[in-house]
Amino acid sequence: MEYVIAFVVGGIICVIGQLMMDLTSMTPAHVLSTLVVSGVVLDSIGLYDPLIEFAGAGATVPITSFGHSLYHGAMEEMKQHGLIGVMTGIFEVTSAGISAAIVFGFLAAVIFRPKG
Amino acid sequence: MAGSSTRQQIQLQIQQEKYKQLSKKYVPRPRYFYNVFKAFMVGGFICMLGQGIQNLYIAFFGFTEKTAGNPTVATLIFISVLLTGLGVYDRIGQWAGAGSAVPVTGFANSVASAALEHRSEGYVLGVGGNMFKLAGSVIVFGVVAAFLAALLKTLIQLFLGGVS
Repeated sequence: MEYVIAFVVGGIICVIGQLMMDLTSMTPAHVLSTLVVSGVVLDSIGLYDPLIEFAGAGATVPITSFGHSLYHGAMEEMKQHGLIGVMTGIFEVTSAGISAAIVFGFLAAVIFRPKG
Repeated sequence: MAGSSTRQQIQLQIQQEKYKQLSKKYVPRPRYFYNVFKAFMVGGFICMLGQGIQNLYIAFFGFTEKTAGNPTVATLIFISVLLTGLGVYDRIGQWAGAGSAVPVTGFANSVASAALEHRSEGYVLGVGGNMFKLAGSVIVFGVVAAFLAALLKTLIQLFLGGVS
């Protein structure tokens, strides 16, 4: 059941992205930026955590969760260090994702040849 | 003389209008339902895969439901970069549209494909300088939005007397 919910919720988020691309003339970069910002907004009004609770990876794998993690990191550090924490904590949670993308992306450029 | 030139202009405008109408007929309309179906299937499948990886981390590596998200995302990114390097992910992306772009694997794909594409310009200017050419906007807007939202929330809490 867990897998079905993850599939459906993740699929729906991707459908929203697809519709934004098809119905408006937004480029993928505009769509992804919009989704990240909506992740931040949804989290700041307290709606994204219940969604993760409900959908698991269906909510943590789409790019919206990147915004959610950025906001979460900032708020966690803010509780410990006050206003400065908003700056120092912003990449706290997303560090794994960005580091992985940079390291693996670089290694891929070293190892592989461009296709096509 | 002046009259004939304006008449020519008007005729030219009419022709341009006709051409626009004619060309509109031949521009392929996006097949909305088919695109939505493909995005749903591929996006859903990637999230289901993520759920499976997350459950593995919880079952075998002692992560909790809360902490398993990070290694899961890192693993998906690794898979996505590998598939990008082999040239498979871009082929999936052409078929799936937003289905493969919206999950975090799409983010990794944009980083890896930009790095690969500019490899010939050297490691510093090519790979290093262009890696975030596509993914950069996501990070910039995410960070600015998170900063503003966190700042706003902090200020509201301060003024309302520490309701945290």
